[in-house]
Amino acid sequence: MTDITINSTDRHPRRLHPLALRIMHWINALAMIILIGSGWEIYNDEVIFGWLHFPHWMTIGGGPEGALQWHFAAMWLLMINGLCYLAYGLATGRFRRKLFPIWPRELIATVRDALRFKLAHDDITHYNPVQKLLYVGVILIIVVQVLSGLAVWKPVQFSELASLFYSFQGSRLVHFIGMALIVGFLVVHVALALLVPKTIGAMLTGGPEVDDGTDTRRELRRWP
Amino acid sequence: MKTPSPSIFRPDGGVDQSALKEHKALIEEIDRRKILRGAVSLGALTMLTGCNVTHTDAVQSVLKRISQFNDKVQELLFRPNHLAPTFSESQVVKPPRFNAYYDIEDIAPVNVASWKLELAGKIKDKRSWTAQQIYALPEQEWIVRHVCVEGWDYIGQWSGVNLREFLERIGADLTAKYVSFKCADDYYGSIDMATALHPQTILATKYAKEPITDPFGFPLRLRTATKLGFKNPKWITEIEVTNEYRGGYWEDRGFNWFSGI
Repeated sequence: MTDITINSTDRHPRRLHPLALRIMHWINALAMIILIGSGWEIYNDEVIFGWLHFPHWMTIGGGPEGALQWHFAAMWLLMINGLCYLAYGLATGRFRRKLFPIWPRELIATVRDALRFKLAHDDITHYNPVQKLLYVGVILIIVVQVLSGLAVWKPVQFSELASLFYSFQGSRLVHFIGMALIVGFLVVHVALALLVPKTIGAMLTGGPEVDDGTDTRRELRRWP
Repeated sequence: MKTPSPSIFRPDGGVDQSALKEHKALIEEIDRRKILRGAVSLGALTMLTGCNVTHTDAVQSVLKRISQFNDKVQELLFRPNHLAPTFSESQVVKPPRFNAYYDIEDIAPVNVASWKLELAGKIKDKRSWTAQQIYALPEQEWIVRHVCVEGWDYIGQWSGVNLREFLERIGADLTAKYVSFKCADDYYGSIDMATALHPQTILATKYAKEPITDPFGFPLRLRTATKLGFKNPKWITEIEVTNEYRGGYWEDRGFNWFSGI
């Protein structure tokens, strides 16, 4: 018998991205890919812009009926996962710690550094102001995307919500623009992650341990 | 650290844990690679959704079940007395937009002289109706939006007998689950009773105050303000009140059955 122990297994270190957050991130990624791919197939059935059709090979569903099935299945995945994420971010204080505050002065300085290729990537535990703005922005866009989606789905039952988007085609257009912005975010997000691959590793394994007041359990205790 | 279980392959003094401690970083690294590899495979799998994964029977049956779950959700979301937005006569599109499972050139006009509306199922008075009798019924008019599952819409002005009034007149069992329709062009469809009883659901005989023309369902079609276009059968020849699920032409081809808006 031995009583030798390994310290780290007793300590339960707090990772940059806790397990719950990583699971929600990848569920969201999956839901988003399904929603975008099937959404393109649904769009093709009645295009908004005559010059824009999405090639069949990059859509999901094989036809409008299949695409609608995928879209209205992944919708639940996105909404339930998204609500969990918002609750988690607010309850643990992660949003407050990671995404705020965003100072305009720092934002401008970061953009300037980025344009001069002088942006530091050594510390992935802190987001720069541009990252913060993009993350807050995409969260808000997804919220609006869910609302415009509900307005397209139920223009009569949710007629009060639908009237915010002016008309049925208004809701469709907002839903399309939301998709375009999310795809734009995805392109930048994936490109930057590939440039700094350790960020991908961190979203898979949790990343470096963080002790600088980022202990979510401590945050939870502070919650009334 | 758990105490290792006794084993003949393990030294009496226990395993020297210092080696494990020394190479902890390496072991974690290996583990990470495995996770990364797994994740990349999963990512590659999602790329295949367009061709392989989506068409397996298992996936299809899950999607079908979710679509049926969505029927239930839409039933709960349905507000029986909430009216769809209505519009002014100046916004009405004339003629309405055509859509069917075939082109407009291929429609087969109904001979109104021999046409009859048959009644079936949980209905007390199953006598059939001629077009003349139907057109003599009290009318109501709704100027509402028609939304197609494809994504287009237009404002239409429809009039005819209110379906609830008609169902009451023929002594239909209003506690039945479905109202089902058969059409002259072999199209068929069914709606839930709550939608059938909605104030803006009518058996339409006129569009913009004129009798409906052939492509749009003359002499009789359904017009409900709370469902997608394909849930509004044209050239109706039979109405059945039933507790049996009858599906519909597009629904049996994978479109959502409730399809409320």
